[in-house]
Amino acid sequence: MATNRLSEPSRTRQIAVPTATVAILLVVWELVVRMGFVPNFLLPSPTQVVSALVTDVQLLASHAGTTILEAVLGLAIGVAVGFVAAVLMDRFETIYLAFDPLITISQTIPTVAIAPLLVLWFGYGLAPKVILIVLTTFFPVAVSLVSGFRSVDPDMIDLMRTMGASDLQIFTQVKLPAALDQFFSGLRISATYAIVGAVISEWLGGFNGLGVYMTRVRKSFAYDRMFAVIILISLLSLLLMKLVDLLERVCMPWKHVEGK
Amino acid sequence: MPELEKTPVEGGGVIPALEALDLTLSWDGGEHIVARGISLWVNNGEIVCMVGKSGCGKTTILHALSGLTKPLEGKVLLRGEDFTGRPGSVSYMLQKDLLIPSKRIIDNVCLPLVIKGTSKREAHKFAAMLFERFGLGGTERLWPSQLSGGMRQRAAFLRTYLQGNNVALLDEPFSALDAITRVDMRSWYCEMARSLQMASVVITHDVDEAVTMADRIYVLKGTPSAGVPTTIAGEICVQRDEAMAAGNVTDFSLTPEFVSYKRQVLDLLEDDEVR
Ligand SMILES: Nc1ncnc2c1ncn2[C@@H]1O[C@H](COP(=O)(O)OP(=O)(O)OP(=O)(O)O)[C@@H](O)[C@H]1O
Ligand SMILES: [Mg+2]
Repeated sequence: MATNRLSEPSRTRQIAVPTATVAILLVVWELVVRMGFVPNFLLPSPTQVVSALVTDVQLLASHAGTTILEAVLGLAIGVAVGFVAAVLMDRFETIYLAFDPLITISQTIPTVAIAPLLVLWFGYGLAPKVILIVLTTFFPVAVSLVSGFRSVDPDMIDLMRTMGASDLQIFTQVKLPAALDQFFSGLRISATYAIVGAVISEWLGGFNGLGVYMTRVRKSFAYDRMFAVIILISLLSLLLMKLVDLLERVCMPWKHVEGK
Repeated sequence: MPELEKTPVEGGGVIPALEALDLTLSWDGGEHIVARGISLWVNNGEIVCMVGKSGCGKTTILHALSGLTKPLEGKVLLRGEDFTGRPGSVSYMLQKDLLIPSKRIIDNVCLPLVIKGTSKREAHKFAAMLFERFGLGGTERLWPSQLSGGMRQRAAFLRTYLQGNNVALLDEPFSALDAITRVDMRSWYCEMARSLQMASVVITHDVDEAVTMADRIYVLKGTPSAGVPTTIAGEICVQRDEAMAAGNVTDFSLTPEFVSYKRQVLDLLEDDEVR
């Protein structure tokens, strides 16, 4: 944690360098489009994208609301399911052996492939979207928690037992805090899956949401608005990730202290 | 804090606070024997030391005494009662400090109290009074990662103390401390253990430390990794006159008795090297 502090680049550099890179890329993109190297109907310029974003802001906001609701609901349930699965797998060896390969295999099934099935089974409402997000988000959480629980030094558990600690006390005092670090890296991945999962599920049917909006603007060849919504989606993912980071800081104050 | 019990006396004989009867120890159900024929005892108010070279099985023996592992054969008696394989009644300070990184120092040391059901507030109040005494003043609200190795060891010490049993097992408790602090902590420990009538089993690499602290020294011999199970090569009773309270290196270590005890221990240890 406290290693490498000397060789780490300064905070300003950490912000300035990537900002400059993005700025340069945007300028090049703008120039390429303006000078006609790429036909404008295929690739809108950054300024066109921004103006599309601004014009459609109200419509986008209402669609985004739906998507966020699905994502947050799905993520919350996914985390809860992942947590319960991880605790059971940690507690009962048989459950671990039984489900570990199953969970891994389930992750090789592409989201896009099962989404239409979910629509078929559960209709066009909220349910199929939330289910899809639960299916994609619970995995990183469960896997990171299981390995987090297992990362505890067995000597630590021995020590707890000499104090007469119960299994529940060992879990709450030692295992859970030890797993937090890995849990949050899993949660960060899950958070990005959540928004993308919501959008994908909306492509396949629905009345509201950024995915629905995307399908509509694609059909009308409005590429500037297409780009605008893509940017919005990545912004939302980023925002959710930032929220996870914030939550991590609050939950793990010991991780962010200066070492001695 | 639990009240410390008085040593029960039956028919005139003192029942040891902790006694091991002919333990045979193995980690793999008997395929490789780490130690055999381990019999030892410690009375209330006594400190016994175990010395032996690295890997001879000192930690393995302490694990069995704590009840964390069941010996293949033999029994562990706590005040005459069979406690073999039942952890929770003996304080154990493991070889590593094992502080929980996600808990502040005060919460780390209070853990044994909280586990036993004391409220966090009560536990904090009780422990806070001991921080100065353990050389930990001002570290209450820090995280373990903010402490030096020696400080962490003291915190582990305080936590062990707060386990509150009158039998304590210590696995190289002073090894992470600097020489000066070590002498202080050692004499402090001996004083405290005697005044509280605690029974202690202390592992050490350091022969001087053993002779300084112990009422009795068990010298272990064997190389389990080479298929030679460890046994007790000898037992040395250390007699000190009252003026030279145990743990007081500066006085005792200058006496000819000290040197002769040290010689005895070294002889038993070296015997092992020659073979
Ligand atoms: N948890 C364990 N599981 C399996 N084998 C173990 C375990 N702990 C120790 N051993 C084995 O038991 C033998 C004795 O080890 P032990 O740790 O008791 O030695 P030690 O005397 O405490 O050494 P040191 O002074 O280096 O701490 C070694 O061969 C070791 O490999
Ligand atoms: Mg050891």
